Amino acid sequence: MGKTFSEKILGLKAQKDVQAGEVVTVSPDYILSHDNSAAIIKEFRKLGVKDVISPQKLVIILDHVVPAASEKYALNHKTIREFVSSQKIQNFFDIPFGICHQVFSENGFALPGKLILGADSHTTSYGAFGAFAAGIGRSEVATLWATDEIWLRVPETIKIEIKGELPSGVYVKDVILKIIGEEGADRANYKAVEFTGEAVKKFSLASRLVLANMAAEMGAKNGYFEPDEETLLWLKGRAKDEFKVISSDPDARYEAVLDHNISSLEPQVACPHTVDNVKPVSKAEGKEFHQAVIGTCTNGRFEDLEIAARILKGKKVHPKVRVLIIPASRQEYLLALKKGILEILVEAGCVILNPGCGPCLGAHQGVLAPGEVALSTANRNFRGRMGSRDAQIYLASPATVAASSLEGKITDPRKFL
Amino acid sequence: MKRGRVWKYGDNVNTDVIFPGKYTYSILEPEEMAHHALEDLDPGFAQKVKPGDVIVAGRNFGCGSSREQAATCLKYAGVQAVVAKSFARIFFRNAINQGLPVLQSEEAVDSIEHGGEIEIDFDRGSIKTARGDFSFPAFPESVMGILEAGGLIPYTKKKLEGK
Repeated sequence: MGKTFSEKILGLKAQKDVQAGEVVTVSPDYILSHDNSAAIIKEFRKLGVKDVISPQKLVIILDHVVPAASEKYALNHKTIREFVSSQKIQNFFDIPFGICHQVFSENGFALPGKLILGADSHTTSYGAFGAFAAGIGRSEVATLWATDEIWLRVPETIKIEIKGELPSGVYVKDVILKIIGEEGADRANYKAVEFTGEAVKKFSLASRLVLANMAAEMGAKNGYFEPDEETLLWLKGRAKDEFKVISSDPDARYEAVLDHNISSLEPQVACPHTVDNVKPVSKAEGKEFHQAVIGTCTNGRFEDLEIAARILKGKKVHPKVRVLIIPASRQEYLLALKKGILEILVEAGCVILNPGCGPCLGAHQGVLAPGEVALSTANRNFRGRMGSRDAQIYLASPATVAASSLEGKITDPRKFL
Repeated sequence: MKRGRVWKYGDNVNTDVIFPGKYTYSILEPEEMAHHALEDLDPGFAQKVKPGDVIVAGRNFGCGSSREQAATCLKYAGVQAVVAKSFARIFFRNAINQGLPVLQSEEAVDSIEHGGEIEIDFDRGSIKTARGDFSFPAFPESVMGILEAGGLIPYTKKKLEGK
């Protein structure tokens, strides 16, 4: 019997033959943290250890509340900067760089065959490049800084085979919303998800990041795409370390194989207050909203901004809607700037914010008042997430958010393309 | 054997309603976190919860963000354990790492109502409600060690000192 990617990589790290269900003690290749590094430092201090055991493994990226929105946030950032300097942590990205998952990826840490653990639930994103990447808590990160060791359960794997071709006006965001809607928010709890199938090969790396990122919303421990030529090309000149591609064996054992054909898919919308409360856009059309968000670690890349600009070019957003654009990183921002995308968006009436998490977690830059409704390209629509518990959040693709921003209500983007 | 009063909730109780994201980087003290426990799910909870109370919930408790404050705020609010039909992965780890027992038992959840009494016997691995006794799988030794030490940080500290 062959092995899955997850069994192989965790076996390699534990230096033994392992199967799904076993618990292994391993040492990761990289450990990610962001603004929560301040809280992690506090826990680390309690351990009575003076120095981080492997500072070269730490990657710290400030993104959640950048620049600091209050004195408390400012103090957190200051604590982190001082720690980074005293511990000689090389891989530190201060506020100019952008959202951790995008910055981590574009700086070549997200590599095939690497074991990456991060104090963020969307650490699953790096599976887009063939890494094993999972979210953990802050006590675990503090312990890793001190001991370089953690226990992990080898997950069973669900294979999701995506077949067919994306129709015009339909995007991978619609694909993953449809899958989560059908399978449920806990379908992949404790499990790995491998995305395969003929359709996947045609997805850009940015699009693969959308799927791997949102695997977390099915409860997945990690998501995975087998690296291909496009992956390797992208990593050229970017990879921070040598790497080896690890793939599942053809006769690997899967917990389930789920087929999804996307050829007749229509745009999808996740309705309040769970990500698996998904409806086709035709069933959500007409819902009025107050704020649109195009950005976040899910959909803030150049290809997302470009789609929005295609729809908004030469038009004006609805006067009752505030449209916030948040490029995922400085690199994506710069590219959109040079290509004239941001100019189109500003002329259409959008507000361009600096790269970062923005209002996605309700801390700053556009939090919602009671009774307000947001339409966002983010990955979560939980009650209270963007501010008031009496606000509502709908999730959709950048195309749907852009088209809806013109009308002031949820709209099918296909009529604008 | 510990007896407690039950606060019962449904499926998919996520970390945002347990501990809102807007506080995640501005509140760092566990006692203060406790004041906001379940704020966006049940705004009266933090004021009314008593030490030893137990949260009982449906499927996928703790889904969403990796914020450990979701476990910390419950522990410091006095919650002695969470019994659910299933837990989200990161919350499950975080709860153990905060020394908060998380017990999975579909039958126990179905057998108790909001406000009822529940008894948890960690040694025997059983949950007693008005409608019967239900077992939960014993924790592996390593997990028991973390719970007994009061969480991963004190557990690791002890381990490092022993070296």
